[in-house]
Amino acid sequence: MTRALVTVPKTAKRGEIIEIRAVVQHPMETGYRRSSEGDLLPRDLIRKFSCRFVESGNANDTGAMVFAATLHAAIAANPYLSFNLRAASSGTLVFNWEGDNGFSHREQVAMTVA
Amino acid sequence: MWRTSVATVMLFALMSLTQAQDARKSGFDFMRPATQALQMDDTQNPGMLWVKDGQMTWAQKDGAANKSCTDCHGDINRMRGVAARYPQYSLVAKRVINLGQQINQCRTTQQQAKVWPTEHPTFLGLEAAITMESRGQPVTPPSQPLLADAQKRGETLFNQRIGQVDLSCRDCHDSLAGKRLGGNTIPQAHPTGYPIYRLEWQSVGSLQRRLRGCMTAVRAEPYPYGSTELVDLEAYLAMRAAGMRLESPGVRP
Amino acid sequence: MASVIVRPVSALTQSDVLTPLVKAYAAGGVVREGRVKFDIAPLVDNGNSVPIEVTVESPMTQAQHVVGIAIFNEKNPQNQVAEFTLSPLAGRARVAARIRLALSQQLVAVAKMNDGSCWMQTVEVLVTIASCIEE
Repeated sequence: MTRALVTVPKTAKRGEIIEIRAVVQHPMETGYRRSSEGDLLPRDLIRKFSCRFVESGNANDTGAMVFAATLHAAIAANPYLSFNLRAASSGTLVFNWEGDNGFSHREQVAMTVA
Repeated sequence: MWRTSVATVMLFALMSLTQAQDARKSGFDFMRPATQALQMDDTQNPGMLWVKDGQMTWAQKDGAANKSCTDCHGDINRMRGVAARYPQYSLVAKRVINLGQQINQCRTTQQQAKVWPTEHPTFLGLEAAITMESRGQPVTPPSQPLLADAQKRGETLFNQRIGQVDLSCRDCHDSLAGKRLGGNTIPQAHPTGYPIYRLEWQSVGSLQRRLRGCMTAVRAEPYPYGSTELVDLEAYLAMRAAGMRLESPGVRP
Repeated sequence: MASVIVRPVSALTQSDVLTPLVKAYAAGGVVREGRVKFDIAPLVDNGNSVPIEVTVESPMTQAQHVVGIAIFNEKNPQNQVAEFTLSPLAGRARVAARIRLALSQQLVAVAKMNDGSCWMQTVEVLVTIASCIEE
């Protein structure tokens, strides 16, 4: 099973710029490496990442895009990304990773803004 | 006040004396800041992905007995100090075993489940999660006569030249430690961070995997996983690192 | 101390490999040096996981913000590293990641503003060869 580590402060002051960190378990196989038997290891990459913010009380809303990324083979295995968010209101941060071979992983974290 | 400061000065003097006498260094100390930062920050350390998996496995019921680690041991934080005492002699196995072998012993005898295969990610995760509970604890091999025998055998292996390259562990990790081999500094081979996240592997791996890697590098036939020889080497390395602090999950180049 | 050896673009001639990639990303917008700070260690002892951080001078308001940051490399098998999409919600134009570098080479970070203009910084990194490689 895929594991991810998402670091978001549980609470933030209104207007405060917080740091968000996300690590997901994935080999990011480049497609350029060979196995010990000499066979080319097939490319297996995470291609897309996104972080959306869904305001409290709008659970059916898809939310607003905070940050997104298109990743290539030059991204290290178990991709780590860090970016920021200006805390405006309480809500949920929804993280999505998508990649080759139908890879898909989703995490969500609630944050209270006072 | 005066007495306190004298005591403080004496304490610092004593500490620097012990440090001066102890020339041992963790592999961590030989890494560049970028790699050190990866180990020190749990929000970035990829080893924590395996730890998270291990913490979940700890609480999961498994095997014909339908038992979890929690059912026998309670919360995982009760494992504090345990990993620091492995390898050790097991009365059940009637031989010296490492922490991974202890986990597998629990699986067969307590959970009545199948043993984890070598280097299985969940197995490594469980070992990493248990070891993390001993973070900061000194490596403390127990005083057991049969463990002492294993340590002695391990020392002989450590000093024995092997492979087409004709090198012993000691040749590199004692005599040449601190010098460079390609882009890397040769570390002193203290196993304080295992299971480690190795950048070269891009995953977490065991000490036995690392030992076998060294053996292949000097073009020797590596001992099989779980062999007495590898456990003996682990037992010697733990004795050699006795008193050094565990830092799991370690990150290494 | 890292800033001592990383040479900014003014001291470097940008590689012919990078320039067309930057131009294509800018899609007709003017590209200038400056406003972008590309943090990376000048000497890398393991190309499997190299920390990078890109920050861009911008108020990140609806009226004036960074819409994207792209990173290209000169000598990996593929020149693209990542393209990031930013929004004013971020409050700060910054991204950090860990990347792979096969060889010593140049890298460029390009930031695209909401008015279409682009800013960049090119850096040069030394990658030492690892020993004892398995697999």
